[in-house]
Amino acid sequence: MQIAKVIGAVVATQKDDNLVGIKLLVVQPLTPDRQPAGRPLVAVDAVGAGVGEHVFFVRGKEASFPFHPAEPPVDAGIVGIIDHWDLG
Amino acid sequence: MLLAKIVGTVVATRKDPRLVSNKLLVARPVDPRGKAEGTYLVAVDTVDAGVGETVLIVSGSSARMASGMKDCPVDAAIVGIIDAVEITD
Repeated sequence: MQIAKVIGAVVATQKDDNLVGIKLLVVQPLTPDRQPAGRPLVAVDAVGAGVGEHVFFVRGKEASFPFHPAEPPVDAGIVGIIDHWDLG
Repeated sequence: MLLAKIVGTVVATRKDPRLVSNKLLVARPVDPRGKAEGTYLVAVDTVDAGVGETVLIVSGSSARMASGMKDCPVDAAIVGIIDAVEITD
């Protein structure tokens, strides 16, 4: 899993049937010192995250598991909202 | 998933049988603010997208979970047409 900040949302009306009702958010991965790391990406939300929150997300097919038995075509999904995180 | 702008089409007569009758498009990834970045890729279209539109692309094995793509040899599928990207932070 990777730590990221939610920086926005995506609106798409015409989409795969299995994506209907699923929230799409833009997340920016972070370095340990909370700076942007790499490109932002679109992730589905499985936990009710919102803009401005720090979250962790999974990549790959596992991103669809929270929606089981549905199998939405997604490759990145937010699976936790971070209350706080500390390094050493 | 990544955001990308459709910049062209691909025609291939000789291809894997499971790709027959699927539309292939050339896409260029863009950042959430619409700026092009990275290299071009070919993605299979499952939502009737067209040139000039911004779309949502799912990559890797998840692409096979797009509508009608079960067991197809694809690693990038267009699964949504983007109406708006709202960056608020």
